[in-house]
Amino acid sequence: MLHTNPPHLKYTKEHEWVRDDGGGVFAVGITEFAAEQLGDITFVELPPVDAQVSQGAEVATVESVKAANDIYAPIGGVITAVNGELEEHPEIVNQSPYENGWFFKLEEVDAAELDELMDATHYEAFLKDQ
Amino acid sequence: MQLIFETSRPGRRGVRLDPLDVPEATLPAEFCREDAPNLPEVGELDVVRHFTRLSARNFGVDSHFYPLGSCTMKYNPKLADAISALPGLAGLHPHLSSSPVYHGCIQGALEIVYETEHLLAEIAGMREVSLQPIAGAHGELTGALLIAAYHRAKGNKKDTIIIPDSAHGTNPASATIAGFKVVQAPSGADGTIRLDAFKNVMNDSVAGVMLTCPNTHGLFEPDVHKIADLAHEADALLYYDGANLNAIIGQSRPGDLGFDVMHFNLHKTFATPHGMGGPGSGPVGVGERLAPFLPGPRVTRTEVGFGLEMPPQSIGKIAAFFGNFLVAARAYAYLLCQGDEGLKNVARYAVLNANYILARLKDAYDPAYDTTCMHECVFTATRQAKAGVRAIDIAKALLDRGFHAPTIYFPLTVKESIMIEPTETESKQTLDAFCDAMRAIAQAAQDDPESLHAAPQTTPVGRLDEVRAARELDCGCL
Repeated sequence: MLHTNPPHLKYTKEHEWVRDDGGGVFAVGITEFAAEQLGDITFVELPPVDAQVSQGAEVATVESVKAANDIYAPIGGVITAVNGELEEHPEIVNQSPYENGWFFKLEEVDAAELDELMDATHYEAFLKDQ
Repeated sequence: MQLIFETSRPGRRGVRLDPLDVPEATLPAEFCREDAPNLPEVGELDVVRHFTRLSARNFGVDSHFYPLGSCTMKYNPKLADAISALPGLAGLHPHLSSSPVYHGCIQGALEIVYETEHLLAEIAGMREVSLQPIAGAHGELTGALLIAAYHRAKGNKKDTIIIPDSAHGTNPASATIAGFKVVQAPSGADGTIRLDAFKNVMNDSVAGVMLTCPNTHGLFEPDVHKIADLAHEADALLYYDGANLNAIIGQSRPGDLGFDVMHFNLHKTFATPHGMGGPGSGPVGVGERLAPFLPGPRVTRTEVGFGLEMPPQSIGKIAAFFGNFLVAARAYAYLLCQGDEGLKNVARYAVLNANYILARLKDAYDPAYDTTCMHECVFTATRQAKAGVRAIDIAKALLDRGFHAPTIYFPLTVKESIMIEPTETESKQTLDAFCDAMRAIAQAAQDDPESLHAAPQTTPVGRLDEVRAARELDCGCL
């Protein structure tokens, strides 16, 4: 199946994306592939704002009819905003994984950790093996 | 079909009470309700017809094939029902066990507990068994508490349990409730634990390792001895989740494979119907190291008969009385009926039947693993999904063909998974009818995918909106 993974994002093997919003703010969400694999998402649990998280920590949960999955922090930092809209309307993640379906925003991140992530080309190659 | 409330007519009664012939007592006003309860007003015949019709809509193993993977939904002989309904067992007052004064009245019941524990211990190669835990996950929790008691007694500082991603889903919850941290060990492309990855997470902080074997991919763990050695070198204990014991009973014993502690699911393997909330029974078995810590009191046998004793290092009671005693009575009857050869045949036919289904379906559906299986086989519907037919459509289409759906979307490690466990109790004719239905569905997925999206059409209710049910949970009726 063809996915349009925006070229300006960074990706993880756990199918999260990171977007540089400028001003040291980074948005995090899950990829179209992940949303599709999960199926219709029924519940999203978001982390508390101001939480300090390290790279790879479990920070959110996403549930579909099929399964519950953890969302990991692709990079460490401080959570400065969460997308509360998802709590009422989790289907936004399926409808708009790369725009309105963002999960949380991070600040005070480590640039080196960001460099470890895949770009869209590498992520698509990674998906081919999935 | 009408709700019983819709058949209600004002004033209609099934039973008329005799006129009051004693003085009427007056309850304090705060205990009285203001309005009469909203109950259906129906005659006896209305009630009989309503519940007879409802019962005819029941879908169970007594009426249909039920190949729900990982769950062992097998047929349980009616003899076990008859035994557990014997008045001398069903009518026993549990408090007869509370004082030695009454133990003379319950020698037979104590003997059933004693003998069942010993037979289960022999089957599993364990030193002792406790029948107390009342469910599989309760047995897991008891096992995790026993592991904790062992390390506490030795002064070991260990806080972690390793659980592979192919284990039963309840294992991490049980270990967490017992106070442990859980670390996952991944399985490889062949569906079994990767020994190198296991070594990476194995260290001195590990108190125990919980394995399901065969695992939830329906595969036997070939490195189980090596895993046992690695665990024991670090003084970690190995836990066997007995949910899949049906696959190996009478053929290999967890104790001989190196396991220190395990649970049995009497309601899967040993003749108690399974599902819909019990009653179940999840006895724990232990090797030498954990025997002193078993839940108590324990049934003991002396020259004067059977008695009860609380071992000094016991973790105490983990359920009232002896757990679900009547489930144990069913298991005891089943064990005696089957005997040695009968139990060996359970595993033989469970494995043979699963491999027969695997062989008959493997050109129509892609097997998740390119190997023979144990008691259940796992397919992936990715080929059908490309044509727009997903595992859930295949499951719903089976309902129209008179079969309960297999497990779908579990194990989580397999995409569009379909997990089929036929059990030993099904005949070749039933397996063939099921395989024919599955093959017809695979053909329909190619020729007319849309027809499968509409399934089921012959059931009392059609395709349920599972997404809406989950998103708009309404507990108002509770």
